Amino acid sequence: MTKRFRLLPLLAAGAALTVATAAGERAVAQDIKIGSVLSATGPASFLGAPEEKTLRLYVDTINAEGGILGKKLVLVVYDDGGDPSKARTFAGRLVDEDRVTAMVGGTTSGTSLAMAPIFEDARVPFISLAGAVEIIEPVRKYVFKTPHTDRMACEKIFGDLKARGLVKIGMISGTDAFGKSMREQCLKVADKYGVTILADESYSAQDSDMTPQLTNIKNTPGIQAVVNPGFGQGPAIVTRDYRQIGVAVPLYESHGVASKSYIQLAGPAADGVRLPAAALLVAEQLPKDDAQRPVVVGYKQTYEKATGEPVSTFGGHAYDGLFILVDAMKRAGGADPTKVRDEIEKTTHFTGTGGMFNMSPTDHLGLDLSAFRMLEIRNGDWYLAQGDR
Amino acid sequence: MAEFLQFCFSGLTVGSVYALVALGFTVIYNASNVVNFAQGEFVMLGGMVTVALLAASVPLPVAGVAAVFVAALVGLALHRLAIEPARGSSPVELIIITIGASIFIRGVAQVVFDKQFHKLPAFSGDAPIHMLGATILPQSLWVLGGAGAIVIGLHLFSEHTLVGKAAAATAANRLAARLAGIDTTAIVSLSFALAGAVGAVAGILITPITLTSYNAGTLLALKGFAAGMLGGMGKPLGAVLGGLLLGLAEAFGAGYVSSAYKDGIAFIVILVVLLSLPQGLLGKHSAERV
Repeated sequence: MTKRFRLLPLLAAGAALTVATAAGERAVAQDIKIGSVLSATGPASFLGAPEEKTLRLYVDTINAEGGILGKKLVLVVYDDGGDPSKARTFAGRLVDEDRVTAMVGGTTSGTSLAMAPIFEDARVPFISLAGAVEIIEPVRKYVFKTPHTDRMACEKIFGDLKARGLVKIGMISGTDAFGKSMREQCLKVADKYGVTILADESYSAQDSDMTPQLTNIKNTPGIQAVVNPGFGQGPAIVTRDYRQIGVAVPLYESHGVASKSYIQLAGPAADGVRLPAAALLVAEQLPKDDAQRPVVVGYKQTYEKATGEPVSTFGGHAYDGLFILVDAMKRAGGADPTKVRDEIEKTTHFTGTGGMFNMSPTDHLGLDLSAFRMLEIRNGDWYLAQGDR
Repeated sequence: MAEFLQFCFSGLTVGSVYALVALGFTVIYNASNVVNFAQGEFVMLGGMVTVALLAASVPLPVAGVAAVFVAALVGLALHRLAIEPARGSSPVELIIITIGASIFIRGVAQVVFDKQFHKLPAFSGDAPIHMLGATILPQSLWVLGGAGAIVIGLHLFSEHTLVGKAAAATAANRLAARLAGIDTTAIVSLSFALAGAVGAVAGILITPITLTSYNAGTLLALKGFAAGMLGGMGKPLGAVLGGLLLGLAEAFGAGYVSSAYKDGIAFIVILVVLLSLPQGLLGKHSAERV
């Protein structure tokens, strides 16, 4: 008997909760709902965490300024922990239960590719924040992305090599997804720039010594430069070992290490290394007449002031995605997913942190090579490399 | 020749890292026949605690000693909270408990520290030592030296101290040891603390080379375990031998065959050795000691 009585308050609380949720949902029916599935924890958290902070920060700012078309933005965020199958589940929830107008998210290529079919089927626009070119090639009607691709990074590096007359190169790539994919893209575009790859070595992402591979590259006759497509701690160790065995030719890293932690881990060995990266890293160094300057300086200062953390390009991708969507909703005059999609596709001359976006029915990224700046590391900091505008 | 020597140096650098990790396995194995898969986490703790204290402007030697104490305490806690309550379980069950503990420690480290990679400054600078056209970083010599010092220390401990002999007796036959008046629980407890300390020393020595992060322990434990099996589980000298052999196999594989197959080559070496010598390189001797 007593047991049943003890259950009663619980039941009552449960009923009250149900009523409260129902009321809550009614209240937000007037608002515009934007969904986001991010890898805010787990191995990709260094990408997902700044993305989440950026989205929350700017959605609050937009609402404080009166929202969009007189409506409040409501941001629904789920954390997939970097797991594609979880991301898929959350994507389904955004579409079926939350009924969002659009989604800005998908931290990694794996989670983005897992979610793409769901948004495509539900006809809800999806702006991905991940790198792989497969997300937008072949074009899916409802799927877009904001970060530059690894193919563009290769082209930027090879362009710089060609300009410096260093066309016989060695490559040492990580065997993780990032390194593998970028290596393949580099091999594909090498011919276009007249670059010959004389040595092609690799390392596992968690190796702690790469001197044997680098020794082989060093001993290959005719090598003029070395390119290291990689991500995480590997490139820092490559850089250290590169100096240890005294390879004399220039070293190029990828956009995968465009963060201060690479410089910190590699230490003085990073001096002289070149890499392609978004303008955000050198915001204050951009010329006064650079179209991107006000955007990147503004984002950098806002983010750093609000979070107390140094800005990263990853949060910038979320910034670009959110404002491409906001602009599209303004042009569409409402939150109808199909109309918003059409307007996202018509995005032109949108200046974001990643570059100038000009989308089209065949290009759901819309960035060209000018999105990348060639940077050089000197005395532990980034500088625009000579010859890069 | 210079090329060969460079591959050797690389192999010795990586191998001495594996050897240091493998040494930690031998301590607990010798006292309880348990392979402690949280050993990699002790190594991670050594590195991460030192990094965190260094960031709080504690001098490196003090930070290092503190990290060793922290890891020893974690080792004690692991024994008291996870292993001791399961007393009487088979070694296989205890091994599974240590795997669970390793996941737990990793999770806590992720919250207490952060998820970034960190490094420690090399003890004697970053200028490589040149020798016959090849180079080696001074830190590699520290790691090799550290492995040597731990081997000697463990040898002195187990052969020349009463506690060490009690530990050997506990491993050989726990019931008999208890009948002889040895407090076997205390001995096993001590071995966990010691393994924590040895792991932390390894972590501090190798972090300038390998870098560290909250999940660095997983891979290190796997490689260290492989090195330990290769050399003969429970033999400190075998751990060093196994580690160096594994490191050299990887380096020569990457240098002379193909960097894509380097891990595969290392595994083939392990397979061949264990097929011909199932107890590992030095394993037989340990069976005779009983």
